[in-house]
Amino acid sequence: MLELRNVSKWFGGLPALQDVSFRIAPGQVTALIGPNGAGKSTLINCISGVDRVQAGSVLLARRPVEALPAFKIAALGVARTFQNLKLFSRLTVLDNVLTGLTVAAERSFAVSMMRLPALRHQERQLRLRALKALDDFGLAKKAHWPASSLSYGEKKRVEMARAFVSDPRLVLLDEPVAGLNTEETAQIARHIRRQRSAGHTMLLVEHDMELVMEVADQVVVLDSGRCIASGKPEAVRSNPLVLEAYLGRMEATA
Amino acid sequence: MSGFQDLLQFVFAGITSGAIYALIALGFCVVHNTIGIVNFAQVDFVSLGGMFLFSGLFWSGLPMVVALPCAVAAVTLVGIVVERLGVRPSRSQNHLVLIFLTIGISIILRGGMKLIWGKNRMAVPPLAGEEPLRIAGAAILPQAVAILVITTLAIGLLVFFFRGTRLGLCMRAVASNQTAAAVVGIPVGRVKAASFALAGGLGGLAGVLVTPITTLSYDVGVLLGLKGFAAAILGGFGSFPGAVLGGLLLGLLESLSAGYWSSAYKDVSAFVVLLLVLFVRPKGLLGK
Repeated sequence: MLELRNVSKWFGGLPALQDVSFRIAPGQVTALIGPNGAGKSTLINCISGVDRVQAGSVLLARRPVEALPAFKIAALGVARTFQNLKLFSRLTVLDNVLTGLTVAAERSFAVSMMRLPALRHQERQLRLRALKALDDFGLAKKAHWPASSLSYGEKKRVEMARAFVSDPRLVLLDEPVAGLNTEETAQIARHIRRQRSAGHTMLLVEHDMELVMEVADQVVVLDSGRCIASGKPEAVRSNPLVLEAYLGRMEATA
Repeated sequence: MSGFQDLLQFVFAGITSGAIYALIALGFCVVHNTIGIVNFAQVDFVSLGGMFLFSGLFWSGLPMVVALPCAVAAVTLVGIVVERLGVRPSRSQNHLVLIFLTIGISIILRGGMKLIWGKNRMAVPPLAGEEPLRIAGAAILPQAVAILVITTLAIGLLVFFFRGTRLGLCMRAVASNQTAAAVVGIPVGRVKAASFALAGGLGGLAGVLVTPITTLSYDVGVLLGLKGFAAAILGGFGSFPGAVLGGLLLGLLESLSAGYWSSAYKDVSAFVVLLLVLFVRPKGLLGK
């Protein structure tokens, strides 16, 4: 599905990512963990085309995509959420989720331009899909609210609905439970589990180790831009390098 | 009764010019919302609308019903060209740089018009007849009625475009958050070009509607355009309902002040309003 080969990136002279390589198999959930500033969000940005890698390549279904603009990567089936929410705050919740179907609408754009009734039919179908996704994420009642009026937890769910609505091949989730209370975290975790059993491939950046250990098939650990370990969650958990760089520090502060 | 007739006359004149300001203000808003800049070439889209209408009618001999939509379409095209060749290649995305760029483009467009159509004033025939209609004692030009009807239709279409079509949704999305728009698969560059096209269309429409009243010259759009700009600020720059409200209020104010005070100050009132808004309520009436 996704393969990273020696991905590197610098901000000014500082290395943000150094020779990061790993693979994600279809249907797998990969958790990307590491201390703050390890380069996790940068990596997600590079995969989704928001940021550019400076060396190495990002292969999506064996096709190099590292030079493509973000909207083309989205068209290839990569959706994402952001750590600090990027919703269309002036749009309604439903419209936000409808934008997530841009890719689905674009596919037959040329055809539907010629036949207006077909276009209208398609838009109606997309609207139903968006409403279904809102229902799945427990937001059906707020479909017509402006996104800016929602609580932080609800906004996180709108963003997830927007990412998942098009049935993308790969979903990048950047800290989906950061800043949420216990109840909201449990809610999001439930949604992640549900998407996982629906067979979605996900790359999950997360600090919540309980969630990571529960949903991940594979864990990749970044530290100072380098990939220091990867493998099954249990194996990574007991890796001494990881304990030192990440888990050790977590336990010390906890 | 004559006092009432005067008032009616002034109000009607005000609404008519207000409709034109509203169209221009909407053009400013469309570009501002997607790119975040003030596009000063908007004023020349107005002149170009009149110029293309003139050429369609007198150079190509087209009937009015054909020449008018062709002129609007031609300015729409100019809008796309301005974005593609003028704004997009800019190596800086700094808003101030882009705004100055549009001022440069505006000067180039005006120079081009001077070369093609000359510096003389020209007359464009109105859409409908020239015989004024009598409504409750007020004399109203058929062109004014045409302006109101077409502007209302255009605003209705615009609302439908933004609320009911996918491109409209994409434009609203780009206006709200560009990064998010890109990652859901919206080609942000193309949407920006579309916003310039729309701005061109709106400016061109204002031009073809107003030049039969004002007479036509290469710089006719400058004063009209700046008033449209003032209207957009009055309504709250970037707000579509604000643009319409600002346009109508400005038109009314201008016409009433000219009627009851002195027509010498007609053009001044727009800019007094502009200053007052900036001093008292910079975000405008409906701005956020």
